[in-house]
Amino acid sequence: MTQTDAQTGIRALLQDLRGVLPDHVLVTDPAERETYACDGLAAYRVRPALVVLVESADHVAQVVRSCARHHVPFVARGSGTGLSGGALPHADGVLVVTSRLRTLHEVRPQDQRAVVDPGVVNLAVSRAANPQGYYFAPDPSSQQICSVGGNVAENSGGAHCLKYGFTAGHVLSLEVVTPDGEQVTLGTEAPDPPGYDLLGAFVGSEGTLGVATRATLRLTRLPEDVRTCLAGFASTDEAGAATSAIIAAGIVPAAMEIMDALAIEAAEAAVSCGYPEGAGAVLVVELDGPALEVEGELEQVRRICREQRAVEFRTATDAAERAEIWRGRKSAFAAVGRISPDYIVQDGVVPRTALPEVLREMGRISADRGVRVANVFHAGDGNLHPLVLFDADEEGATGRAEEVSGMILDLCIAHGGSITGEHGVGADKARYMPRMFGPADLDTMQLLRCAFDPDGLANPGKIYPTPRMCGERPRVVHAADEPGVDGAEVF
Amino acid sequence: MTLERLLDAACAVRPATGCDDVDGVPARVVARPTSAQETSALLRTCSAQGLAVVVRGHGSKLEWGRPPERVDVVLETGAMAQLVEHSRGDLVATAGAGMPLSRLRHLLSGARHELVVDDLAVGRGTEAAGSTLGGAVATNLSGPRRLRAGPLRDLVIGVRLVLADGTVAKAGGKVVKNVAGYDLGKLVTGSLGTLAVITEVTVRLHPEPPQVRQVLARVPHERLAPVLAHLVASQLAPHTLEVHAEPGGHALVSVGLGGGPGSTQRRADLLALELAAPGLAGDAVAVVDPEHTTPEEVRHVVPDAGRPWSTAQEVALRPTLLAVTARLSGIPELVQVANDHGLTVSGSAGVGVLRATLPEPTPVATVLETVTSVRAVTTGLGGSTVVLDAPPTVKSALDPAGTWGPVPGLELMRRVKAQFDPGRTLAPGRFVGGL
Repeated sequence: MTQTDAQTGIRALLQDLRGVLPDHVLVTDPAERETYACDGLAAYRVRPALVVLVESADHVAQVVRSCARHHVPFVARGSGTGLSGGALPHADGVLVVTSRLRTLHEVRPQDQRAVVDPGVVNLAVSRAANPQGYYFAPDPSSQQICSVGGNVAENSGGAHCLKYGFTAGHVLSLEVVTPDGEQVTLGTEAPDPPGYDLLGAFVGSEGTLGVATRATLRLTRLPEDVRTCLAGFASTDEAGAATSAIIAAGIVPAAMEIMDALAIEAAEAAVSCGYPEGAGAVLVVELDGPALEVEGELEQVRRICREQRAVEFRTATDAAERAEIWRGRKSAFAAVGRISPDYIVQDGVVPRTALPEVLREMGRISADRGVRVANVFHAGDGNLHPLVLFDADEEGATGRAEEVSGMILDLCIAHGGSITGEHGVGADKARYMPRMFGPADLDTMQLLRCAFDPDGLANPGKIYPTPRMCGERPRVVHAADEPGVDGAEVF
Repeated sequence: MTLERLLDAACAVRPATGCDDVDGVPARVVARPTSAQETSALLRTCSAQGLAVVVRGHGSKLEWGRPPERVDVVLETGAMAQLVEHSRGDLVATAGAGMPLSRLRHLLSGARHELVVDDLAVGRGTEAAGSTLGGAVATNLSGPRRLRAGPLRDLVIGVRLVLADGTVAKAGGKVVKNVAGYDLGKLVTGSLGTLAVITEVTVRLHPEPPQVRQVLARVPHERLAPVLAHLVASQLAPHTLEVHAEPGGHALVSVGLGGGPGSTQRRADLLALELAAPGLAGDAVAVVDPEHTTPEEVRHVVPDAGRPWSTAQEVALRPTLLAVTARLSGIPELVQVANDHGLTVSGSAGVGVLRATLPEPTPVATVLETVTSVRAVTTGLGGSTVVLDAPPTVKSALDPAGTWGPVPGLELMRRVKAQFDPGRTLAPGRFVGGL
């Protein structure tokens, strides 16, 4: 699209919308538009051509229909807390902001369901359901501000998805606006709706298949008992071995988190969380469920940590102490700001059993390149969050940090893991997709996109580096030419 | 050139016999590829020649859905049945689509791991061997224990697919936590082989609980609502919560618990005590150890959780099998309505997914009326009614809308099918909307 085409498109679209949407939802002022230029990944900034602060599902449909008519790209945005640039605007497109759609329609404990608009904040769902003994299980670290619509787009996880799974397992149905502006319901209030599982495919599609305008969520019964414990170890090797031993004992904790020495140092500097002094790693384990089970599991965890030479083991005895243990972990990302002016957060995943080796190799890369890497990770499911520290003012530092960051992702792929466990591919990691998936894999995923969005207007440029044009058939594959399908694994 | 000759360059092929009919539709040949590459070569030829292909594992649920419009090739997955990897420390396994669930269970049991899926097709299919892994995924097979681990769709973390044009693709991977790219594993789960051929599946495993107990209760219909409401809200974390009700009888409720040795027994006793309260199940409550109780003993109180829905071998005597769903608080009403229409229902009251059967012989008109009335009720209760299987006389009287009922998003599904299988090579006509 040329510059003039793009301007003409936006102008025509504005003309359409001025008649049907109230003026106050249309943001045209450049300075105001600039405030939406990035999401939680501030390294990328693009000022959208138009921002619409939608106030109803109909508004969304009108905007999207108009985009389709004038061939203008659109990007949906919730609270803008995403860490992969999934809500990075398009310079010639519309940014559809759903944060004014904040109605929490109903909480029905008897059905274990809540019906919410996409702008409703994640934690607000649990707050509304708690008095009736229920909560919404997905708990990304940003849960105090991130929106359900964003959780749906990213298939958000969080520390507790080790036991309770991701957003995809907690959404029963969605009202969506498809990229041609149609309003469609995917799924039913009960599980197993007839037909293809488009709901399952939509959740986690990062806004490339349409915009969710209402969600029916599954609520989870609050556990009878929750116990949180913390163990200090000399190094991440012992902490990792304890993690493996806990899993091998048949325990599925609600969460299992590790922080390394550098991350502990940062957390101490920021929130003085009182983690064991001089520990090379801390392991936080949370157990929940029936009191009768949790008690026994806690004993087993205590024994395993001792066997793995824990230097300290403490158990929270009440909610305040539990919050204290979590405080260090939850503040870790922000805390790193105390010890480094800039940092890159990665989200790679490795098989749990590869953790010790990957951590050692990461240490080698870090020493080799002279770039510090702090590690905070969901140890239970092998989801690493390496924080690559640098000072952007120092010459060449940004480049070196990016290089280390990429090497870490390659390390994850080489060990059979993934480039993203919960933050999404977004704009940030699209270029790594071909390292994890072959051309045929990516072409096949594009088929789904072409079914929903043949014109490629929904959040273009995200997830996939170079989307195939819809209508163009993928290259004919000759089995004999395929490099060892069963041999050389890419994932 | 005969069809056999045409295809045997791709993989092993034999002529089909009457036993290879797909829901009454005769097939011409049976092909048995040993790898994704052979599957790719086979499908490429089939697409080019306009041949229709139906995928078969053990054939235990081959009648689910509508009969395909035509069948040229039955693609058997039996030669892709190897365990590729069981990564013990990662609680993950990868196997070929043809892997029998029963064999997989055996292979994983050494590590005390399990794929938490209940094979509702036990005793059916080739050599009465029940479901294969690929078949379970293609039919979104799930049973009572999905309350604990989620439906099969949530346990599939990676798939290898072969599209009708021969493209070999994978999605997902072998780590549980992974959001890179579209989740095509979910898309093909429950697609009845109409989008792609699944050749390999990677699944998330769970540790086998050291101890399991079952609490069984006979519940008069008028007390089913308070009993289920009590159990649904329980903090004792049951792994299963089932209901079984035959017309004219009591409802039978079964709750499965799994966990530590000792504590599980104590939880079961606690739950039994709660259920014995007046106004709930009263004194008709028992706690059993399912591993040391014969199925007959269990069935004496409540039918076996994994009981197959039919043992009738003659096609004409197949009962009508419905998948009926409702919001949790609507389950008691659904059970009542189903029983009033002569249906036997059983399934997961804790999830909201039940199976209902109507015995043969029931006049076709009665079956159709029943489906219509039950569907009206499930729609009102936020769920759906799908005719999974039925005798040929009933099936031929149903169109796709009658089989599946209202399908939200059907138009998008047509577009998905048109993208993945534009030539309608894979099981044409078997799925929703006659796709």
